[in-house]
Amino acid sequence: MRRHIGFLLAALAVALLVYLGTAWIGNDYVYFAGYVVLQYVVLATAWNILGGYTGYVNFGSAAFFAVGVYTTVVIHKTLALPVPAILPLGGLLAGILGLGMGYLTLRLRGVFFSIATLALAIVLNSMIVNWSFVGGGRGAYVIRPREIAFFTSYVQYLFVLMLVLATLAVWIARMVERSRLGRGLAAIRDDELAAEAAGVPTLKLKLIATTLSGFMMGVAGVPLPYFVTYVEPSGTFSLGYAVNAMAMPLIGGTTSWLGPLIGALLLGTLQQVATVTLSATVNLLIVGILLVLFVTLAPDGILGLGRAIVRRVRRRDG
Amino acid sequence: MSSLRIANLSAGYGAVQVLHDVSLSVEDGETVALLGTNGNGKSTLIHAVIGRVAPTAGSILLEIDGTTHQLAGMKPEAIVALGVAIVPEGRQLFPKLTVEENLLLGAFRKAARPAIATNLALCFETFPRLAERRRQLAGLMSGGEQQMLALARALMSAPKLLLIDEPSVGLAPIIVSRMIETIRELKEQYGLTVLMAEQNFPQAVKIADRGYVIVHGKIAHQGTAAELGDNEMIRRFYLGG
Repeated sequence: MRRHIGFLLAALAVALLVYLGTAWIGNDYVYFAGYVVLQYVVLATAWNILGGYTGYVNFGSAAFFAVGVYTTVVIHKTLALPVPAILPLGGLLAGILGLGMGYLTLRLRGVFFSIATLALAIVLNSMIVNWSFVGGGRGAYVIRPREIAFFTSYVQYLFVLMLVLATLAVWIARMVERSRLGRGLAAIRDDELAAEAAGVPTLKLKLIATTLSGFMMGVAGVPLPYFVTYVEPSGTFSLGYAVNAMAMPLIGGTTSWLGPLIGALLLGTLQQVATVTLSATVNLLIVGILLVLFVTLAPDGILGLGRAIVRRVRRRDG
Repeated sequence: MSSLRIANLSAGYGAVQVLHDVSLSVEDGETVALLGTNGNGKSTLIHAVIGRVAPTAGSILLEIDGTTHQLAGMKPEAIVALGVAIVPEGRQLFPKLTVEENLLLGAFRKAARPAIATNLALCFETFPRLAERRRQLAGLMSGGEQQMLALARALMSAPKLLLIDEPSVGLAPIIVSRMIETIRELKEQYGLTVLMAEQNFPQAVKIADRGYVIVHGKIAHQGTAAELGDNEMIRRFYLGG
């Protein structure tokens, strides 16, 4: 545990440096762009716990994300709690959805599981569209407080919040990866029948993975209504979230916590730059092209590419 | 102390019944061979003991240190937790994980966790080749090395009962003899109780105390290794000798 605490402190120090850097630039746009990138760090890291560590590809990330988003909408219209108080609630509900999905679908393997997750997103989408309390298909406005203590703007506040969440998400993912749980998940990914024979409680571990992954995705969605101030189903369930949550770990490398982090920072930043310089719609095109390139040329992602280069250099030298 | 008692066991896959009313026993410290050619139900029996095939009738009783457990109807993870380990047919390693990770996965059951360091050292002592390759991916090793790893992985769980399913499949004859020799040494060293399915009769009788010949899912013959070896008819018809 001590080395995990050490990593957390180091990660928080890096997060502090990032914050100081953005504060020094002092431009609200940096917070806008940074928030989106960091939100993808959380989403990609969460996706990777199930998709990367366990080998179960989830196409329904948007569903879990939306549970977080709409938890906030409901709370905003009823109790009006502050965002940090909604975080565990949205996470919990998305986690329960993950657990339920796990129970129903984890007997399915491979592509059948993936199709079931896709269906889940569609089902949830139509439920939200028909739920008028949260705005139904028209959407809902979420007016954020004009001012917030300690911060220059509300967007800066949300940015810092997401920075902390991203740091915690990466920390949790790294801890899972290096634990007995992570080893069991890797065994399931490699050969589920063999894992079963070796005495790995496969169903239990898979349920832990779906729940944790869902929880983290839900948490990532909670601050969004206050960030965009207007949410509607087609935006919340957009293809972008599901595709990015999947493409970022695949491009970064799925077997380690570092992969989704690299993928999200790189792809997220690239998309922000493209939005400003080219157009907002070109984003998914970039993701698509990069995904095709990586899947065909570097199936182990940037991390795998890096490891291969290190190996080659070592062999040449030694 | 551990022993296995299978009584009137029937099992199969869906509508296909493979085992018919099979009864056998493995006493403490004994090595029992399940003999017979392919497709007679040896693997199905092993799978029933580890919980991968659910029996349709009969009982599988495992006695460990004076407590008797009914394995029929239990999940593999619960059976492994009791102290049963399997060396599966075709090895079933985790090819994209390292040798060491494979070994650590063998020690997933609770009772084996405190002794992980000791057992890992013992495995590396018994199989120096694995120590050399501990950081290598299991899938990149030779067939013989992989079989050693499968055996070592099972030993990592400090099993009370070791199931070995067709250890000789896909290995060169010289490797098979070495493998059988290793199993014999391990058995003597740790006093293992072993149930082994093997179609290679001459190799199996080298280490077995007793044997059962399975034909079409029924026990056709049983006896000590010497008795079975001396029986001309058994050799000729069932064992390809």
